Order: sequence, then C-alpha cells, then structure tokens
Amino acid sequence: MSVIYVVLPLAAVMAAAGVAAFIWSVRRGQFDDLDTPAIRMVHDDEDEPDAGGKEIGMTNR
Amino acid sequence: MAIDAARKVEPEGIPSPRAAVICAHCGLPVPAGLVKAGESLQFCCHGCRTVYEVIHRCGLDRFYRVREETDVAARPARTTQRKYQEYDDPVFRQLYYQPLADGSQTVEFYLEGVHCAACVWLVEKLPRVLPGVIESRLDIRRALVQIRWDESQVRLSQIARMLDSLGYPPHPAKDVKARTLRRQEDHRFLIRIGVAGACAGNVMTLSFALYGGVFTGIEAQYSQLFRFASMLFGVIALAWPGSIFFRGAWAALRTRTAHLEVPIALGLLSGGLAGTLNAIVGRGEIYFDSLTILVLLLLVGRWLQRRQQCWANDSLELLFSLTPTFARRLEGDRIVEVPIEAVRPGDVVEVRAGESVAADGTVCEGQSAVDQALLTGESRPAAVAPGDVVHAGTVNLSARLLVRVEAVGEHTRVGKLMRLVEQHSRSRAPIVQFADRVAGHFVRVMLIAATITFAVWLWLEPSRAIDNAVALLIVTCPCALGLATPLAVTIALGRAARRHILIKGGEALELLSHGGTMFLDKTGTITAGRLAVVTWTGDQAVRPLVAALERHSAHPIAQALVASRDAIPSPLAGEGQGEGEKWLVAGRFLDHPSPPAPLPRGERGEETPTSSNRSAPLGSSLCVSDVQQTLGGGIQGTVEGRSLVVGSPKFVRACGASIAPPLAAAESEIIASAATPVLVAVDGCVAAVVGLDDPIRDESPQALTLLGKLGWQVRILSGDHADVVAAVAARLGLSGPDALGGLSPEEKVICVRQAAQSGPVVMVGDGVNDAAALSAASVGIAVHGGAEASLAAATVYLDRPGLMPIVELIHAARSTLRAIHRCLIASLCYNAIVGSLAMAGRISPLWAAILMPISSFTVLGLSYAVRTFGGRP
Repeated sequence: MSVIYVVLPLAAVMAAAGVAAFIWSVRRGQFDDLDTPAIRMVHDDEDEPDAGGKEIGMTNR
Repeated sequence: MAIDAARKVEPEGIPSPRAAVICAHCGLPVPAGLVKAGESLQFCCHGCRTVYEVIHRCGLDRFYRVREETDVAARPARTTQRKYQEYDDPVFRQLYYQPLADGSQTVEFYLEGVHCAACVWLVEKLPRVLPGVIESRLDIRRALVQIRWDESQVRLSQIARMLDSLGYPPHPAKDVKARTLRRQEDHRFLIRIGVAGACAGNVMTLSFALYGGVFTGIEAQYSQLFRFASMLFGVIALAWPGSIFFRGAWAALRTRTAHLEVPIALGLLSGGLAGTLNAIVGRGEIYFDSLTILVLLLLVGRWLQRRQQCWANDSLELLFSLTPTFARRLEGDRIVEVPIEAVRPGDVVEVRAGESVAADGTVCEGQSAVDQALLTGESRPAAVAPGDVVHAGTVNLSARLLVRVEAVGEHTRVGKLMRLVEQHSRSRAPIVQFADRVAGHFVRVMLIAATITFAVWLWLEPSRAIDNAVALLIVTCPCALGLATPLAVTIALGRAARRHILIKGGEALELLSHGGTMFLDKTGTITAGRLAVVTWTGDQAVRPLVAALERHSAHPIAQALVASRDAIPSPLAGEGQGEGEKWLVAGRFLDHPSPPAPLPRGERGEETPTSSNRSAPLGSSLCVSDVQQTLGGGIQGTVEGRSLVVGSPKFVRACGASIAPPLAAAESEIIASAATPVLVAVDGCVAAVVGLDDPIRDESPQALTLLGKLGWQVRILSGDHADVVAAVAARLGLSGPDALGGLSPEEKVICVRQAAQSGPVVMVGDGVNDAAALSAASVGIAVHGGAEASLAAATVYLDRPGLMPIVELIHAARSTLRAIHRCLIASLCYNAIVGSLAMAGRISPLWAAILMPISSFTVLGLSYAVRTFGGRP
C-alpha cells in the first residue's frame, strides 16, 4: 500500500476545499468590484474627525 | 486655511491679467471675470463654491489632501440645487427602494462627477455627515453607489441633496433587476471557470506522472490509479463547467443553425466517452488532460468577451440613468417634484427652460420655443403657445411652460416609437458569425474524416478503429477558433471603449467590416447639430451690441449670436475687425473683452443651451434696456443708447426698418442656401444681415470620402426639412436620391428595410425618430448627445461627436476580422497536421498535450498583435 493512495485523495480534498472557498467568495460578491477596494484601502484607516496635523503621513508632499 | 492659501499660485507683484488664480475646490484656473478681489478663496464657478462650503462645514477638508495623492485631472464640481422631493414619493419607493431584513433600506444611485480616489473617500464619508445613513459604498468604475439608511432618521431626499451639494448629483439606477440577474450570471460564470481551472490543474499534475511513465515505465496499479483520478476530475470538468458547450450545441442542433459549439461539443463528448471507457477497461488513451485545458481556455475566452460587453452596457446604463426621472407637478398653488411614473393624465406639470418635457400634453400657460430634434429630426426649434401640443422627450428652450398632461409612459409618442423598436429587435434575424459559419463546414469535414478513418482502420486493424477515429475528433476540436474570436473581439471592444466608442455586441464588428449602405441622420452627425452664424454681411461693429441684446433670450438663434461675438469674423468682415479685441465699455477698457472662454461647465451641461447663460459677467456691462421679445419674431431693445431690432426679416420689416439693396441681395442669397436669415436694424436702418445655419462639421467631407473608400455607400436619411437636407447634400457632393429629407420614423424604417435586402445596412442616428430605424438596421449607431431611445435601439454608441469615430470604428472592425481570419488559418493548419497524424494512428496523448497549448498560444499571440484602433494595449 503506497502512500500515494492517501496523498492523492488528500490532494483532491484540498482542491475541493479551495474551489469551495472560491465559490463562497464569488457568491459573497468579492469579485464584483475590482477597482474601488484598491482605492479604499489607501484612506480607510482614520475615522475620527479631521484634527490638525494628525495624519502627517498623508501630506508629506 | 493654510492649504488654500498655498493653492493661489499667483506670484506677487506681477500684475499680469492672465495670472493663474486657482479654484479652491477643483484646482482649475478661475476665469478673470469671476475673480473676487480681497477673498482668500477663489472659485471658478458656483458649483465649486457650494461644494467647498459643504465640505468645509462638514469637517471633511481632508478631501483635498486625499485628492493630492491622486494624479487625476481636476474637474469643476456641478451641483443642481434640486430638492429631490420625488425620492420620498411612494411611487419612487416602490420602484427603487430595496428593504432589508433589519428594517433599513438600500438604494442604488449613479453619481455624476465621481472620477478619482478622493471622490470615493468623500462619498463613503456620508454616514459621518448625515446621521441615519448606515453605509455608503461606491463602485468607482460604474459610478454606482449603494446606500443603506435608516428611514426613521433621515429621508432619501436629504441624502440625495447632500450628494448633490457635494458635487455628485445622484440618479436612481433604473435597472436593478437586470443588473442583479447579470451579476448572478457573472457569479455562475466565474464559478465555472474556478471549477474548470481546479480540474485542469489537477488533471495536468496527474498527466505529468503518466507522461513520465511513458518514458520510464510505470507500475500498472499506479498508472490505473492516476487514470481513474484523471477521469474523476475530467468528468467533473465536462459535466459542470463544460455543460454550457453541450447546451449550446444542443440548442444549435435543434434550430438547425451552424454554431461553433457543435464541433467543440462533439470533440468534448467523444473524448469524454472514450476516455472514461478506456480508464475503466484499463487500456487505450485517456484524453482528459487536453479536454480539461480546452474547457478552461474556452471559458476564459468567453468570460473576457462577456466582461468587455458588460462594461459597454454599464456605461450605457449610466447614460440612461442620467435622463430625468421626475416632473414638477402643480398641486394647488404649490409645485412638487414627483417621479415621472406618478404623473397621470390631467395633471399640470411645470417645464422649466432647458428641461425636457416629461409627458405628452398641451401647453396651458407660457410661451416658449421647443427643440423637437430628438423626436422629429427637425433641427429648428418650434414656437409653442397655450393650446399647442408638446411631446415627451422634446426640450423646452426659452421660457417656463405649464403643460396639461394627456398621455404618459408608453402612451406617449416616444413610448409608441419605443414599442416599434422592440418589435424590430425581436424580428431581427440572428446574425450568423463568421466563426459559426466556418464551424458548420468544419463539423461536416470532421465527421467525414472520422468515418473514413474508422472504415480504413476497420479494414487494416479493427481493434484500433474506434480509438483512432475518436483521437481525430478530439485533436481537431476547434479550440483555437473558439478562443480566437472572443479574444480578438474583446481586445477590439476594450480599445474602442477607451476611444469613447461603446459597442454592445461583438457581432457588430463583423458586419461593419464588409461595406454596404450607410444611412446618416443629418443633425448631430454630419452637421454640428446646433445653429451657428455662418455669414455676417454688413457692419461688424454692431456685433457686440447684438450679443449684449441677445443675451436676454434663450432662443437658439440668440445663443448662436451671443456665441458668434468672439468668433472669427467671416471673410466679408470689413473695417470693424479690431473692434472685438478691445472695446470701450462704460468709459474704460476691459482687460478681457473675450468672455471667459474656458469656463468650466458640467460635462453634460453643454446639451442644454441655457446652462451657458451664467457666463455673462461681461456682456452685461453694456447698458441694455427696454428689452422686448416677440415670439417667433425677434427681439428689440436699447443698447448703449441705440435702438436695436434683431429678428426674422418679416419681423424687422414690420418694425419699420429700411434695407439697402446690397443687404437685401445678401438676404435672398441666404434664403436660397436654405439657411435662416436674421436682420439687424440699428436706429431704424438695417445694418447687417446674418445667415444662421447648422454648419457642416469640418471633418465631415473627409470622413465621407473615407467611408466611400471603405466600401460604404453613404446616404442621408433625415427627418429635417427636405430643402435643408438637399442643401447639406449639395455641399457634400451627394446626389439627390441619396439625400432624403422630411421622413417620418416609419418611412425611415422602410428605407432601411429596402436597403437591407441588398446587403448590410448601417444606420447612424441620434434621435427618438431614428430609434426604430436603428433597430431595423444590421448595425445601429447612436451618436453623442442622442436620446435615450436611440441608445436602447443601437448596437454601437459613439461618445464623441462627428463622423470620424465611425471611420475609426470601421477600420477597427476590419482589422479585428483580419485577426480572426489569421487565427483561423493558423488553427486550420494545426488541425490539418494533427488530423492527418490522428488518421494515420500516430497521435499519442503526449503529442496532443504538447500541440494543444502551442496552437492556443499562437492564437493568443495573433489576437494581441492586431492593431485595432491604432494602438497596442
């Protein structure tokens, strides 16, 4: 009994898990908008009102 | 405001009048006439000022810093100052609100003016500015925002007003249901690709073990295990993602049409069955490596094409949604904004200047001119007075009207035309694409070759007969062709979209590549689509005076005269040439006699003539008094102490003005050329004769020559008056029978139908009156500034004015089709070689696995090498 008989089904199960995760993310709409999230992450960090020189990192020009 | 002070880049001590004062909001130069002395913040327009104030008041100044991070061209803000009352109306709620389980509501808006990362930031800060808004998510490419809010805290009209005052006028997204369906279809497609990819990857891994076994030997038990595992993945790939090919082929067979799906399905099916059988009996070839890759590649090709077409559709939907959805209804003595759907016959609605009429009805108060170009094709506005009928879709040009509604929705004239459009699009024969036509022959050849192979091998060596026949069917599966067509089309559509040509379906490219009959609508395609001064005979010096007087009218002729003040004088211009450069006004020289020409406006503002009226800070410095307008006649008034009458010859003569013989000759010359004459009388004596016409675009003659060279017989099909059309045709060198004017929408359809009997017909048009003809033609092309109906009916939309985009489009169509042809030749060569190997019984799965990707990559290379729209990606 070679190890391949264990590994091969295991690989199939992992592939199935990957596909299942992909299907889940597609159904959740993760691939609907591929442009905005890239922009959003740049300035999503601060949420408190504008307070003077708080975000110096953003205005280093 | 340290940042804002820094924005004013005017260097101290240089009193240049053109020094750049920068708008505090959009960063564009402020026109000199609008610079306010002594203010630290300057604005280029009212919209920018409003938006700046709102942003500042809400504590969102960080917007400007976020924007500095992006390198996107600045745009002036546009606000409408509307009340958006209709967004709270029960009818609107039913149409657009989507309630959620937790009691909150969601709505989707298309936003005008979103274009950069800072816009995303600002729009998504909405919950902080307006309590009650729970979430606001912007999809920047579609300009679509989804807003979730709590009705008990804030009304949708408040949200809409806030978005408006931030410079993003919202429009409800009209086709939520269609988009949801499309999104679900997208999801299913993506999942198919995911599954096909996973299967293909695993089968390839297993196959490499088997390929290794071919060279070095492999124990039978492992070989059998790998073959079974391959079969498992292969069957999944064929049964789930691959099922769309079988369904497509089945549908094609049932309707007895040739389709590329048929040979693909044939290859997949025979390969799948033979592979499964061989895996079970434990001998012979399994083909799952090639088959799963094939399924994956074909799906990816189709996905790309689908996504490209969806982009075009998204952009068009955005245009649809920009059309107004509200009407101002008179309720007692109040005026309330209500959704168009809530207007009923018998209601009285208000139509302001510059707005389009919401429903068919009769005017019950007010006098105005109505632009019916989109409905009838008639380029000259019609005067309306109480008792006259106005139609939905026409644009009220000059003054406020009250209209008693008689028909709404599909009972209006526009609605009836739209039904005609639907009928035509249903009855249109499906287009058999080039690849499908080839596929028809392909199937026949393959089946004959397979039969011959089977028969010959049955005679030579019966045990290999089935195997060899099946191998032939699989290796000749038209993968390259199935991939080439969507890829070439996708690339062409993508490049077209970047050049502002939106194409809804790839098959249009094929039809456009051949040549045939092309019908052009006159207004908006060949000509500029609006009146302009073409001749000015007589005293040039009165031009500024005329402009100052005409500023008080919103009539298109008045607009043309105002615009012509700073235009280059016609060759007839005499001594008054220098007058336009610097004129003495109220005792002092103005620094900038020319109006603030680069005055930024909302992008779509240019379609409504009245929106340009706010650029009046200079002309008003001439002293104008006693202005009196006569509907359908002209305008009179006193400018700088001189009495001026400007209007139609009849009107000016009726006012008692005398006309000198040379000017009278000029007048009859203008009439003879089918232009509109306007007389200018100063102090009771005609000083100038102006010819106004819808001028032919500069590039039109050249474009027509090019179209002729490309094999198109160009004809004019217009709803405009026959004489006007004949005049335009004469100037373009088109013969009489090729220029038809005064046609009703139904007559246009008949013309298109007749021409369609002898080859492909392209209809280019912009109005509702063209919509039926657009849908009846093989390819309908709607042009810039057209009506919603024409967009719905057309396959192609040109977002740039003029005829040159059409020439470009046809060039692109030809090069796309050439690319498809090249791919086909490459694919056929491949099939001939591999096919003969298979018939000779010399093909092995390893060979197939090597040759398949080679052919696919050749196709990829050939598709990308095509120079569509003159550029590479």
